[in-house]
Amino acid sequence: MSTYPLLSLAIWIPIVAGLVVLTTGGDRNAPLARMLALIGAVVAFLVTIPLWTNFDVANGGMQFVELKTWIPRFNINYHLGVDGISMLFVILNAFITIIVVAAGWEVIEQKVAQYNAAFLIMSGLMNGIFTSLDGVLFYVFFEASLIPLYLIIGVWGGPNRVYAAFKFFLYTLFGSLLFLLALMYLFIQSGGSFSILEWHKLPIALGPQIWLFLAFLIAFAVKVPMWPVHTWLPDAHVEAPTGGSIVLAAIALKLGAYGFLRFSLPIAPDASHELSTLVIALSLIAVVYIGFVALVQADMKKLVAYSSIAHMGFVTLGFFMFSAMGIEGALVQMVSHGFVSGAMFFCIGVMYDRVHSRQIADYGGVVNKMPKFAALFMLFTMANAGLPATSGFVGEFMVILGAVKFNFWVAFAAASSMVIGAAYSLWMYKRVIFGDVANHHVEELTDINKREFAILAVLAVATLWMGIYPQPFTEVMHASVNDLLHHVAISKIQ
Amino acid sequence: MFDNFVVPNLLPAAPEIFLVVMALAILMIDLLVKDSRRTVTFALTQLTLIGCAAIQFATSTGEITYTFSNMFVDDLMSDLLKLFLYMTVVIVMFYSRGYVIDREAMNKGEYYVLALFATLGMMVMISANHFLTIYIGLELLSLSLYAMVAMNRESVVSTEAAMKYFVLGALASGLLLYGMSMIYGATGTLEITGIAERLYGGGVNKTVMVFGLVFLVAGLAFKLGVVPFHMWIPDVYHGAPTSVTLFIGSAPKLAAFAIVMRLLVNGLITMAQDWQAMLVILSVLSMAIGNLAAIAQTNFKRMLAYSAISHMGFMLLGIVTGVVGGDARYALNAYSSAMFYVIAYVLMSAGTFGMILLMSRAGFEADELEDLKGLNKRSPWFAGIMLMLMFSMAGVPFFIGFFAKFSVLQAVVAAGYMWLAIVAVLFSLIGAFYYLRVVKLMYFDAPADETPLSAGMDMRILVSVNGLAVAFLGIFPQVIMSLCAYALLRSL
Repeated sequence: MSTYPLLSLAIWIPIVAGLVVLTTGGDRNAPLARMLALIGAVVAFLVTIPLWTNFDVANGGMQFVELKTWIPRFNINYHLGVDGISMLFVILNAFITIIVVAAGWEVIEQKVAQYNAAFLIMSGLMNGIFTSLDGVLFYVFFEASLIPLYLIIGVWGGPNRVYAAFKFFLYTLFGSLLFLLALMYLFIQSGGSFSILEWHKLPIALGPQIWLFLAFLIAFAVKVPMWPVHTWLPDAHVEAPTGGSIVLAAIALKLGAYGFLRFSLPIAPDASHELSTLVIALSLIAVVYIGFVALVQADMKKLVAYSSIAHMGFVTLGFFMFSAMGIEGALVQMVSHGFVSGAMFFCIGVMYDRVHSRQIADYGGVVNKMPKFAALFMLFTMANAGLPATSGFVGEFMVILGAVKFNFWVAFAAASSMVIGAAYSLWMYKRVIFGDVANHHVEELTDINKREFAILAVLAVATLWMGIYPQPFTEVMHASVNDLLHHVAISKIQ
Repeated sequence: MFDNFVVPNLLPAAPEIFLVVMALAILMIDLLVKDSRRTVTFALTQLTLIGCAAIQFATSTGEITYTFSNMFVDDLMSDLLKLFLYMTVVIVMFYSRGYVIDREAMNKGEYYVLALFATLGMMVMISANHFLTIYIGLELLSLSLYAMVAMNRESVVSTEAAMKYFVLGALASGLLLYGMSMIYGATGTLEITGIAERLYGGGVNKTVMVFGLVFLVAGLAFKLGVVPFHMWIPDVYHGAPTSVTLFIGSAPKLAAFAIVMRLLVNGLITMAQDWQAMLVILSVLSMAIGNLAAIAQTNFKRMLAYSAISHMGFMLLGIVTGVVGGDARYALNAYSSAMFYVIAYVLMSAGTFGMILLMSRAGFEADELEDLKGLNKRSPWFAGIMLMLMFSMAGVPFFIGFFAKFSVLQAVVAAGYMWLAIVAVLFSLIGAFYYLRVVKLMYFDAPADETPLSAGMDMRILVSVNGLAVAFLGIFPQVIMSLCAYALLRSL
């Protein structure tokens, strides 16, 4: 075991790097700001690698734990740790940050330092969310991470950015404020502890459990987002700059799903069983209904945004079947969605930078002008549709397999989404990429440059690796998922 | 004739005595000051306040000491509040200096002397253990503030604000006095600890007491500026010269908190059921009207006025949850979180008005929300400071405002008032909207006015320190939190 406080480094290196980037000041120093941001992101990624290589797969508990007193007045601690559930997300987050910094390299020309700093700071805050083992520490990171994303959407976003930024902020704040009250309730019930691990052992009667579960559900459902509180996401995605969309889809959506595993299931297991039908129903609506909504979108970003909601429906579905297969499948789906949706938004960004339109109707025949791009975009579209040998397949397959054991009709509805997913992904691809060159904008397109190729290639490797050989990803989860299921299986009513 | 005359113990009131002497001296010395910038007056004022703080440190015993026939009390709560008071007034005087120098009508020695007398009034309020002491302190504060608001004689708005403040302030003082006289009638004493003893002993006419209590609470509510006694706040905040608004919007909140503690908690704790029920209504109404009305404002000072109303409403939540069903187990937790909230609020409020002063210059008041447009382009650093202040006011971590809200909310939840906590967070959500709008104006919009900020270096450094303190204390709130808890533990 390493003696370095790796988790603290994973949180604070990007934040400090972000503050350093801010000091470069105006856009005269933009090249320096970009370079510093990239160095910061790469260093932050490198320190997360040992989390995986030194990870003890047989241990289902918390690893790399750090514990220091923070606010003794309320017994709040700076308590960090990762298990098989959270570890991959820390690495994914650090990895996506590099992609985001690279994705904005030539595209963002205004307020470059602030742009990169916002992403770096957000990356650090989100690592904080994934690693916090103290309720208040979790909440502080959870809410603080809204600030950079609010600024990213509002400052570098599209024409309707102000509306989208406010909607995003207020929606998520609404969810998290009730969550805060739930944390305080647990603090009182546990006799003055904010430790999440303590709460996992806390006996609570069914009535309060249901209220706690509902408070958690509102907070996390908004963040995931689940139907019917998903409406902020398409707005936020459409208006956000490419980097913002990537982070939003790849990492921010995972926070809500992660919250279910860290709070809802282990703290309120009886209520989770009691209300699982509700969550499964909402998930299936997301998978099927939102899939159809995606089908009719005219805006590519909106289409991928709705497809994200549908994919996250798979994740919540997997969680609430209470089987190892379902939860692991959902976790694989989360990581995979991080790569695939990030890549999809980047691809759309590549086209948008050249044509300044995201309307499907404005494209057609792109393959004639951008063959390399078309090939890579194809791969990600297929992964989005869940084609075997891509990462998208593994997670969905595992969740459906889990669902078959749970209830045939649930599995049937979930499986139908494979068809819908293929329909909206491939149909969009067909309309944009194939056919004759549609107009002079497409005529003037140039193929992707080295930077763009590198970004897509890295993401392609990750997608294929996870699709062909998912073992390294799933083996770290086993012990922790079993541990979690053990918690969920024991009633807490006394 | 003087056989019964005993020289009172002057030590507990040493800072007050020092302040009086210095204020009178400065009034004289200022007559001789030729310098148009009044550097000597300014420096002496600041030194006086720092001297007060030093004396406070030196004379603080940590024990509860009564003097002047129990009319005056010195305990850890008063020591702590007074130290924050001196600090706030020092900051306020620094912030207002440039503003005052730029404005002919206000650039007088009286400005500083009035501020010192107002400070004295607040000190007396904080240390009062007698209805008359409270009243004297309150009037000294109020009369000084009326004069300060009206100081810019050429401004019609300021004069109107002063007039309104004076009339309504006099009415509130009347209500307070009426309530006090009722309570005197019921208990036969004006001494706060004496009233507590009488009430504890029983046999006091409950009807008269409750009658008096209603007037007392109304008077206090006026001074705190909570709904429905809030009408003066927006007009006075808007109309007063910004440096005076800064003064009114910061330090007096500490004193108002202190008299609420003295009157209601020290004196009338046995009637907690009655006044808590009244304060709950005031608190919820303040959060509702404060937050909703703030959304409609276009003037930044008016918006901050409504925000102040909602913040005071939130602070009251800490005070109403002290006693639950006759059980005072949670009292310390609840009152110390309210105290922490007030201190945090004063820090944020001072910083925000400091930013307005920083953006103002001779002949230009940066008090419209529009004036904040594109601040990020004009000065990224100060836009960042303002961003921190706004998110702190909205209660978003990592800023002190979050932990202020956190500590009050946990007191509410601990006392079992879950519905009140839910109401409070829902109104905070509404409140977040107008703070976010300020951030939107600074970051998302293009500047209408490209003039670089012209404030002096001292001002820039101080505002920066104030903003960074909001962030720093948001990451390390422990020290002030436990100071509040300890001070109240030793004082109640």
